[in-house]
Amino acid sequence: MDSTKPLVIAVTGLNAIDSPGPGVAVIRALRDGFGSNIRIIGLSYETLEPGIYLHDVVDKTYQIPYPSAGIDALSSRLQYIHAKENLQLLIPNFDAELYNFIKLGPTLKNMGISTFLPTMEQFEARDKINLYQFGQKHGLSVPEDRAIYSVHDLYTCAEKLGYPLVVKGKFYDAIVAYTMEQAQKAFHKLSAKWGFPIIVQQFISGTEINVAVLGDGNGNAISIIPMRKLYITDKGKAWAGITLEDDTLIELAKTFVAATKWKGGCELEIMRTATGQPFIMEINPRFPAWIYLTAASGQNQPAALAKMALGETLEPFTTYTSGKIFIRYAWDHITDISEFQQISGLGEL
Amino acid sequence: MNLKKNIATSEAGFIFNPSTGDSFSANPMAAEILMHIKQGISIEAIKKIVLEKYDVDASQLDRDWDDFTIQLKEGNLLEN
Amino acid sequence: MQKLRYEKPFIQKMNAGLMNKFGTRTEYEPVKQIDGVSVKSMIEKYGSPVFVISEQTIRRTYQNSVKAFKTRYPKVQFAWSYKTNYINAVCNIFHQEGSWAEVVSGFEYMKALGNGVPGNKIIFNGPEKTNEEILLAIENDSLIHIDHFDELYQLMELCDQTSKKPRVAIRVNMDTGIYPIWDRFGFNYENGSAWNALTKIAASGKMTLTGLHCHIGTYMLSSNAYAIAVNKLSDLAFNCKSQLNVTIQYLDLGGGFPSANTLRGAYLPASDTNPTIDDFAEAITSAVLNAGFKTDELPLLILETGRALIDDAGYLLGSVLANKRLSDGRRATIMDFGVNILFTSFWYEHKISPAQDFTHHTEDTVLYGPLCMNIDVVRETINLPLLNRGDQVVVHRVGAYNMTQWMQFIQMRPNVVLIDGNGQTHLIREKEDIKYIEQLEKMPTHLSTINLK
Repeated sequence: MDSTKPLVIAVTGLNAIDSPGPGVAVIRALRDGFGSNIRIIGLSYETLEPGIYLHDVVDKTYQIPYPSAGIDALSSRLQYIHAKENLQLLIPNFDAELYNFIKLGPTLKNMGISTFLPTMEQFEARDKINLYQFGQKHGLSVPEDRAIYSVHDLYTCAEKLGYPLVVKGKFYDAIVAYTMEQAQKAFHKLSAKWGFPIIVQQFISGTEINVAVLGDGNGNAISIIPMRKLYITDKGKAWAGITLEDDTLIELAKTFVAATKWKGGCELEIMRTATGQPFIMEINPRFPAWIYLTAASGQNQPAALAKMALGETLEPFTTYTSGKIFIRYAWDHITDISEFQQISGLGEL
Repeated sequence: MNLKKNIATSEAGFIFNPSTGDSFSANPMAAEILMHIKQGISIEAIKKIVLEKYDVDASQLDRDWDDFTIQLKEGNLLEN
Repeated sequence: MQKLRYEKPFIQKMNAGLMNKFGTRTEYEPVKQIDGVSVKSMIEKYGSPVFVISEQTIRRTYQNSVKAFKTRYPKVQFAWSYKTNYINAVCNIFHQEGSWAEVVSGFEYMKALGNGVPGNKIIFNGPEKTNEEILLAIENDSLIHIDHFDELYQLMELCDQTSKKPRVAIRVNMDTGIYPIWDRFGFNYENGSAWNALTKIAASGKMTLTGLHCHIGTYMLSSNAYAIAVNKLSDLAFNCKSQLNVTIQYLDLGGGFPSANTLRGAYLPASDTNPTIDDFAEAITSAVLNAGFKTDELPLLILETGRALIDDAGYLLGSVLANKRLSDGRRATIMDFGVNILFTSFWYEHKISPAQDFTHHTEDTVLYGPLCMNIDVVRETINLPLLNRGDQVVVHRVGAYNMTQWMQFIQMRPNVVLIDGNGQTHLIREKEDIKYIEQLEKMPTHLSTINLK
């Protein structure tokens, strides 16, 4: 690699808003890891994603078509961007776009763009709808759940799983129901919004812990950082959080990576019960928005991912600092109408 | 037909209404017509220019003009 | 002087949440011809709207599908699902390719016979079969698939009226992990109804139990469910062998494979996400091969796939009647076809391409049909180039169900045209006229005159 030419990395998820995408945090960690010899290309879906306008974070942004426009549309837009920017690595950060990027992986590789993503099997196995079976298969504790299509099935769920029930939408939202009436109300509300199936899950009470994990695709967990939320927003997103030192969590993450040979970053959402048993509640197949905390506590996961994507073999990190705290804050960035017009009219800024 | 006085238009087809904060993008045809309107050229004269320069018949242009007027009204860009 | 290309003047508000258009232009390639025949010429000759079917596409799709199964399993038979498209010319393309007929009513049964399909190559499915129809099917040695116990008893009684022994199968419904379970058709596997029916058939001594049939759903997005279905049918087949001493000749896995149409409300385009015919073939054939049949007792594998074989071959050509702007500022375009003939627009987001050149500006549009009925919406929202009255469009993947479920409502049904392998067009169903529609009506004498003066 020519050492004078900067490393060009494309990153999505620039929506650092109240329910933030991870892009800006990923970029911050990459800049920490690679210093000044790096050029960041932002890929945005909407015109008001803050990252677009933060010019010391993102060097240049291009709009890309929404995932629903399909793989061909995405592919042709990336070809256009690649011709201008000569991308070396692409790090997608949204759940909804991953399907397309995973499918596009071989095409991108032919173009000379590396990615470091889970396989389609890994991606689908950890889907909310398949998670319980996934846990059964790999000996991981996952709360029991059922996918249902009829409101009558709630009775069976209540019988088998007991109250309270967690009634979840196919993509988002979860409502805790303590009575059949509440469960039915939740069923109708969520099915109207997200369609079927509705997932009914056993309720697990305890402490919520998130773990940022980076797998090398061969069964090794390169980095594991557990974090407990200290304060959450009304949307349940972490506002502040602290790194923890806990061997059971590390072991759980290692088991997960070894069993699945997970490739890339992911976030395990864990509920630890009063007796100390950790349940995996959800697996997000990408870095979390708080990923910069991994860099701050000594294991820069985005930089490590970038190195592996570009062909390096890494040894697992062994230490990190517990007790590191992140506190998210809001900042009113100022820009001019001309920048907004430029990105929305021409698709580039 | 008059555009509101403080409406800003650019050659790239951007329109900004500072009193509402709305931005619009115009296709080249709309941008050209808006430019003529801003110069104070009459509707009839603009239509004539368009008919001479572009491959369109008068009846189609009339219908599209009416539709365009609705779009401008909808966008709150016209003087009442 | 050469005049410049004109485009409607158009402004678009820049919203934060607006679908951005960058990189999406590929969707809007104009489609000016189908199999080398120009859209314009077909509309000139056959009117607008008009359904167009590509014979070449049907044959190619069929051959690919057969290949997907036959390269993996030795004994495969397709049966054309008449309800998907029963225009005789279409059926006969499939029959020429070697497909049997799969029918679900006496009406469809008569069509298959009329097309020259031998009786013993007709599979008779469905919950309604009259005594006359069943007797005819027995006479013709057709494969009768029993749907419920009442039909089983009906059949037993009818056996006494004929010397022939009917060849029968039962339809089985089951839990394959796909919900809702289609338990309204056939006998349930899990609660033992299916086994009960099989023992009754064997005990009666009046029928030859030849096969097992299931049809687990429609527009299936998981190939694995078929493997589960195969396992459960195979389990029944082994029990038939060991306990009833009956060798099951065939497993009929029904249909339900999706086409590349995107379902309404689906987030990603179907062409990117739906399993391919190879995925289904792999799941089904490896399940049968691994089920434990002896090599010389491997059952014939029957498939009744309809939609996946015909959807791509059908196009609907139509024209723009008018444009208008709705009260909320959205653009609306009224087409000369609506839900009356494009029934599938109730559940698909059909891909629609302009049939002539256009500039790259697009606008979010509601696409209405011509009916004076509020339900007549072809697309709730579609990003289309700016179309003028008289401009033509091509609707893709309409070959399945539209030419059977269409309604004669307000408008009459249009011409259906086939493009053969040499690029020649043939009218295969004439458009309806008032005489055709009214020929079955009768006028009571006291109503035959009116006097409005």
